[in-house]
Amino acid sequence: MCNKVDVVHVPDGFLDAPTSVATGVLAAGTVALALRKAREELDERTAPLAGLTAAFVFAVQMMNFPVGAGTSGHLIGGALTAVLVGPWTAVLCMTVVLLVQAVLFADGGLTALGTNVTLMALVAVGVGYGLFRLGVAVLPRTRTGFLVGAGVGAFASVPVAALAFVALFAAGGVADISLGAVAATMGGIHVLIGLGEAAITVVVLGAVLAARPDLVHGAAHLRSADALLRRPEVAPR
Amino acid sequence: MTSRRRTTGFLLVGLLVALVVAGIGSYYASGSPDGLEWSAEKEGFLDTAEDSATADSPLADYSVSGVDDGRLSGGLAGVIGVAVTLVLAGGITLLVRRRHDTADQHADADAGAPPTPGA
Repeated sequence: MCNKVDVVHVPDGFLDAPTSVATGVLAAGTVALALRKAREELDERTAPLAGLTAAFVFAVQMMNFPVGAGTSGHLIGGALTAVLVGPWTAVLCMTVVLLVQAVLFADGGLTALGTNVTLMALVAVGVGYGLFRLGVAVLPRTRTGFLVGAGVGAFASVPVAALAFVALFAAGGVADISLGAVAATMGGIHVLIGLGEAAITVVVLGAVLAARPDLVHGAAHLRSADALLRRPEVAPR
Repeated sequence: MTSRRRTTGFLLVGLLVALVVAGIGSYYASGSPDGLEWSAEKEGFLDTAEDSATADSPLADYSVSGVDDGRLSGGLAGVIGVAVTLVLAGGITLLVRRRHDTADQHADADAGAPPTPGA
């Protein structure tokens, strides 16, 4: 058994200084905006859930799962967090996870923190939540529709974040190598990892939805549909 | 009241799951290189990675320095990580959240200069 947990985010050194500064500025701006916008998503009940969700994502990110030949992947959690607690709160949660990992656990570089926040708190959350909203808009307003939408968002968020890294690498990668090859390798392996991301996201959301649907930010449309269906039965005459 | 108690129970179960995953489950995680590391090695840019400035942290690489038993060291690191993340993220979201009545909201807006993230 292996006891070396290998969660690897972008380390220092992959990208040059200007690119790292640029992603740092983008990340700081995103977090500043999220600190204002998250207010609308957070109340007395959901704020503790947001803290727990961040801790949960930290924990599950430690669980690298095998992906084919000698490779592993781990949850990013951007889509999961956004659907659970709202996209702006998810930016804050993911940023805290990445900050704790970089500062305490030397996982992901310090100068690369802006890059990791950009990829996992901005791109993964944005893509995951955007596709989830698109999914619930076109799919049936049911539990299954909700979970399919979340699964699709979670799946796509991983290869898109990987390709966003390749784009940053194109702008400021210090190694002089074929970008097409990097894109194909990164994109390909992260399609597989995305399947794991989708599976974990659907299982966790399914469990929370079964226990406490009222706490799930992205399930508000299910609650209103539910209330409309149930009201005639429970309403006293 | 009961609904608040139910929520507390739900959150405690969630926290327990997170602690078990980080404290015990992580030992059984795959040790193979992850997607990024694997790609970097395959495409030949892994050697451009540099050690983080925090590489000498007593918790670096998810082990507690001074604790020799791998299972204990990794599990302890995971539990510490869960606790720190919970306190930090929970603290920020509690500071940012809406209060129920408007008087509170005004007070909140005054006191609520949120901590700037250490970027």
